[in-house]
Amino acid sequence: MLGKLTLEAIPSDPIVQVTIAGMILGGLLLFAAITYFKKWNYLWTEWFTTVDHKKIGIMYILVSVIMMLRGFADAIMMRLQQAAAVGGGEGYLHPEHYDQIFTAHGVIMIFFVAMGLVVGLMNVVVPLQIGARDVAFPLLNSVSFWMFGISAALVMMSLVLGEFGSTGWLAYPPQSGIQYSPGVGVDYYIWALQISGLGTLLTGVNFFVTIIKMRAPGMKLMDMPIFCWTTLVTVILIIAVFPILTGTLAMLTVDRYLGMHFFTNDAGGSPMLYVNLIWTWGHPEVYILALPAFGAFSEIVATYSRKYLFGYKAMVYATIAIGFLSYVVWVHHFFTMGAGANVNAFFGLMTMIIAIPTGVKIFSWLFTMYKGRIHITVPMLWTMSFLVTFSIGGMTGVLLAIPPADFVVHNSLFLVAHFHNVIIGSVVFGMFAAITYWFPKMFGFTLNEAWGQAAFWLWTFGFYFAFMPLYVLGFMGMTRRLNTFDNPEWDPYVYIALFGAVLIALGILCQLIMAVVSIRDRKKNIDMTGDPWNGRTLEWSTSSPAPFYNFAHLPQSHGVDTFWLAKQDGKLPPRPTHYEDIHMPTNRAAGVVMGGFLFVFGFAMTWHIWWLAIGALAATIITLIVSSFTKKVDYYVPAAEVERIENERYMKMAQVQERG
Amino acid sequence: MRQTFFTLLSLCAMAVLSGCGGDMVLFNSKGQIGVEQGNLILIATALMLIVVIPAIFMTFWFVWKYRESNKDNAEYLPDWSHSTKIEIVVWAVPIAIICVLAVITYKASHSLDPYKPLTDEKIASSIKANPNQAVAQQAKQEPITIQVIAEQWKWVFVYPELNIATINQIVFPVNTPVKFEITSNATMNSFFIPELGGQIYAMAGMRTKLHLIADELSDKDGQPGFGPNDGYRGISANYSGYGFAQMRFRAHAVTNEEYAAWVDQVRASGKTLDMATLRSLRDEPKNRPTKPHPVTYFSSVEPGFFQSVMDQYMPTAHGSKANHQSGHAATSSHTPVVEE
Repeated sequence: MLGKLTLEAIPSDPIVQVTIAGMILGGLLLFAAITYFKKWNYLWTEWFTTVDHKKIGIMYILVSVIMMLRGFADAIMMRLQQAAAVGGGEGYLHPEHYDQIFTAHGVIMIFFVAMGLVVGLMNVVVPLQIGARDVAFPLLNSVSFWMFGISAALVMMSLVLGEFGSTGWLAYPPQSGIQYSPGVGVDYYIWALQISGLGTLLTGVNFFVTIIKMRAPGMKLMDMPIFCWTTLVTVILIIAVFPILTGTLAMLTVDRYLGMHFFTNDAGGSPMLYVNLIWTWGHPEVYILALPAFGAFSEIVATYSRKYLFGYKAMVYATIAIGFLSYVVWVHHFFTMGAGANVNAFFGLMTMIIAIPTGVKIFSWLFTMYKGRIHITVPMLWTMSFLVTFSIGGMTGVLLAIPPADFVVHNSLFLVAHFHNVIIGSVVFGMFAAITYWFPKMFGFTLNEAWGQAAFWLWTFGFYFAFMPLYVLGFMGMTRRLNTFDNPEWDPYVYIALFGAVLIALGILCQLIMAVVSIRDRKKNIDMTGDPWNGRTLEWSTSSPAPFYNFAHLPQSHGVDTFWLAKQDGKLPPRPTHYEDIHMPTNRAAGVVMGGFLFVFGFAMTWHIWWLAIGALAATIITLIVSSFTKKVDYYVPAAEVERIENERYMKMAQVQERG
Repeated sequence: MRQTFFTLLSLCAMAVLSGCGGDMVLFNSKGQIGVEQGNLILIATALMLIVVIPAIFMTFWFVWKYRESNKDNAEYLPDWSHSTKIEIVVWAVPIAIICVLAVITYKASHSLDPYKPLTDEKIASSIKANPNQAVAQQAKQEPITIQVIAEQWKWVFVYPELNIATINQIVFPVNTPVKFEITSNATMNSFFIPELGGQIYAMAGMRTKLHLIADELSDKDGQPGFGPNDGYRGISANYSGYGFAQMRFRAHAVTNEEYAAWVDQVRASGKTLDMATLRSLRDEPKNRPTKPHPVTYFSSVEPGFFQSVMDQYMPTAHGSKANHQSGHAATSSHTPVVEE
């Protein structure tokens, strides 16, 4: 009846039990509060069923921030374990718990933090930057989000019932096969990634069509803001490689569920096949995360330097080149598998070639600042830190691309330091910068500068203290994923790394305080103009927060940085005298309902509760069919209503100007 | 001010790091292969710093010079966004550096191919690097073969030429090429002796190869016999389950006489390694070891043992016992058949 699910599924580890108790208590409190303040209806109509790209983007970011807290808790537990286990001791975590933690940390940080922030940001920014009212397929966008959200919930569920995989974040077989991982941990992994991966693929299709078909009149591809360009290349990568992830996970699934032999040691299976497949997805995935961050830095550096981006075209070509090259480098993740010298050399060289367009990008950002007028704000500080940090990370990446050098640092803490160096340096810093930068466009007020700066310094120094020692440890021959070790020479570095992690924890604390303080002071930090940073692109031409229809009149584009151009030439469109009806998509419940059923499906499949899985899958498909018969998919906002909203905004603006 | 603060603190961080000491074994390698790999890292780093240092320097310099509060002393060109000269430099310099690196990488990939037997040149360099020339001159230079089987969670070593085997300990003469043939009887591991040189994966049904040589004796305490700190550390460098951290072994590089004496010691153990023994060594997944498996000696080994371990995973259709040769593991091979 309940498949593999029994009472024994509740973890016996006291650390986990306390966490579960906390989660349940927190959940109950949240539920009670929403009920008490009668906010369920508001949440349902304004958020859960929304198809507004900005709200969907905000929900992506919110889920990612929550998951970041979980992922970081995992990180600090690992640092504590290694610091507690010096001298070959057992530390405070059992190996099976420690192994789940490093697996969960990787999975969560990549799939549910970095991906969530990147997709969330694309959602908020891209339609506004290209002057569109929404994405091409608003309902599909809602479905994508809920697939992402419930997958994150599935990962969290693994903490409460059963276990998570203890395989490492890419779940290499045979370790992830049924023989060596008989529990449900890998199944949670499979279904969470399978469902969220499908959601990402749908997002890819959605944004590809949006960028190709829905740009403002006059906006040629070569006029697009650079963030849209990086998004375009990213979604092409998504469309090309996420099906590989789906297929690979599907093969692992049938190996585990139906006793097949794609990746087993015996009966003709080959784990090497899995390693190749997962990295043909996995390497482009790195650029799926990094390119949008590069795009965000490009917007930020131009805005705060009050200058056009240096070498716009070079930047575009470099982005496309990186996209292409990212397909042909995957073997550099396993030079040590024993491929021949020519194969290894080929993939090593291809990897190094990526350093060329990446280097060009770095210099483009630098020469954008050159002879600019740089306003050193929080996003700009993150950008500076990125330029320095990413240069170092890129250098260690090229080292890893030299096969014989890789043989000694592969899988070592040097590698761990390298990929944190590039991912934190580019994606995490980039997303922090971008969220600060576009925050007023989402919420109508700016974030507190002082707490933002405090967070920046703590994060930056925390990063260097946490990861520079890992480079050294790599050179000292310390490999990754050790739950214990007995080399006293490594101890001081392990302690410094822990200190760095504590600094980062304080940085995160400052960010949480920043959020609270900013919300408290939202009246003081209000952005009435819609253009708080003297911006350059179309999203700054509408109000903050952007109205649900984005633009009262769809804007015209006259070239790169069209809004800046209009401001310089004094050619801002005058206040409109009349308005027109606006065609908008209606809110739909299909996304959240399908998400709910898919959660049940993933959970039932994980626990082998077949009847429930079949039922939930059928319900998902029926919901899809029923919702596609709905005729009420769009409506018109009457011109009078648009006029009322716009007039209200102009009135407030006038008031602020009088006072200011 | 902020930049100065930043730089100062970074320097402090570096000072703290270097002050912690410890042996960066990759740059202090005791094996010719490792020495060459360490040098490769240093050369490549130096080449890349040609770009990286200016980039970091320019970041601080530009932000400082063109900051808003310095507007009276700095030029402002809001519409300047293209310069062919700069474009040429920022493309050409990285391209030039990558070209140089590419040549180095191609050559090194071949000369340090782990499957390639060590050249006479490398052996000569190893002998030259030995501080104890009396020992070095006695080196036989004839390669010895050690077969490596990654078991759950211990290393089983077979000396096919001597028909002996050990667990978690290998001993070989200094300045003598060692050919490792590596497989796994369970999950994927990586066979790695950081002080001697690069690693290679251990995979079930596959025979990977690694050639290493030790330049110096590994006796660290100056006493006869193997003390706890003697020998080069060996590890598994690929996560393979709960007992993974316990897959530690020692690799001892010794004189010819010590080697002969050790072989006699192993031969005196009276134990035999066969498939049944191997199966009995397996730790169950929930039985998580908290210490490495004790060093164990086997005075004899079932004939063709290593091949039998591999053959367990061969698909029956290809399971020709005659196919004892090995070659590179194809990166996208659809079957794990090992062929030359």
